Amino acid sequence: MEYLSIFVKGIFVENMIFAYFLGMCSYLAVSKTVKTAVGLGFAVIFVLGITVPINYLLENFVLKEGALTWLSPEYATVDLSFLSFIMFIAVIASMVQLVEMIVEKFAPALYGALGIFLPLIAVNCSILGGALFMQERQYPSIGEATVFGLGSGVGWLLAIVAIAAIREKIRYSNIPDPLKGLGITFILTGLMGMAFMAFMGIEI
Amino acid sequence: MSTETTTAVEKKESLFSKKNRKLLTDPLDDSNPITVQVLGICSALAITVQVQQAVIMSLAVLFVMIGGNVIVSLMRNIIPDRIRIIVQLVVIASLVIIVDEVLKAYSPDISEKLSVFVGLIITNCIIMGRLEAFALGNKPGPAMLDAVGNAMGYAWILLAVALVREVFGSGAISFPGMGQVKFLPDSWFYANGGFYENNNLMILPPMALVTVGVIIWIQRARNRSLIEEN
Repeated sequence: MEYLSIFVKGIFVENMIFAYFLGMCSYLAVSKTVKTAVGLGFAVIFVLGITVPINYLLENFVLKEGALTWLSPEYATVDLSFLSFIMFIAVIASMVQLVEMIVEKFAPALYGALGIFLPLIAVNCSILGGALFMQERQYPSIGEATVFGLGSGVGWLLAIVAIAAIREKIRYSNIPDPLKGLGITFILTGLMGMAFMAFMGIEI
Repeated sequence: MSTETTTAVEKKESLFSKKNRKLLTDPLDDSNPITVQVLGICSALAITVQVQQAVIMSLAVLFVMIGGNVIVSLMRNIIPDRIRIIVQLVVIASLVIIVDEVLKAYSPDISEKLSVFVGLIITNCIIMGRLEAFALGNKPGPAMLDAVGNAMGYAWILLAVALVREVFGSGAISFPGMGQVKFLPDSWFYANGGFYENNNLMILPPMALVTVGVIIWIQRARNRSLIEEN
């Protein structure tokens, strides 16, 4: 039950885009057509689902205060958490590289679909944001951290596909010239954010 | 010897030449990082509830951008092309760690409020974008100007959005050292028998987006060359 709650919360209540504005750059840049939006969305789910658990292990067995006690009890006071930014981003950058190579080797069709988006993801704020939220919220087990990663990824996919669909249709509407493109996308995202606020406070 | 000094003087002069001055002023308006280049929106919107947070965030970004741009520009000839992203990320991450530790030490409550968004300066696209687009191909001097210009362009949007949101959302601006600056007399508020009520919607996340949208609208209405096709 706990898992379902974290998953649903990640999608609707604490949506990466509408509640925290994470990954906005690629959200705005790659939401012109639904097809590319779906590609990028799945790549984000994939990478979040891999990097959040890895960073969870890193956080709990290397970085946190007293995390190194599995090596020897005398490390109980060692606190490496000031290194977490650099470690997380290194993990994310190298995982993205690794995932890219593995996908290219074993699933060329998937690589064709995701290929150009994967390198972009290393600097997508939602990935590092996922790792940092995971650190801040102190999930009790790796399972919950993974579910949180996947849930936030699904929420991100939902947001980008929705805005891409609206942007495809809005091309035929008569909006004021200065609002075309970026301006109307911002306002639309704001309106969608208001709609998503209806999910606030829901407990499952 | 004399030729060397003259070239040095020329270089010094060129730091404030017309072209270089454009590096400073362009990002404020015509190539603003947020409203035109669409960079760095990720961390820009979430911390605009209060002016105070926006100021701290802007200073942090200014510091990281100047540091990052100058360091990468100094190393531009020795960074192998293939691993440049990782090198840039390491430079930025180290600078952000400095900012984070300083914030934690001197104003823990602000650090608490900014929570993950200090860390997210690492993936702030403005910084990576400027490193890629400018610092890798230019000398440290212009790179620094470019950093200052873009950080300022980022800062003023942040401040404008924060000002609108805090004034309409909270009815007053609180800033350390100045206390609370109120704009309306207390008796005007509904709670005290008046007619005015703060608009709590402004504090919620969606209004940050709408405010930026409106800023973009105003800017493009003034400068029609920025209008997009669809």
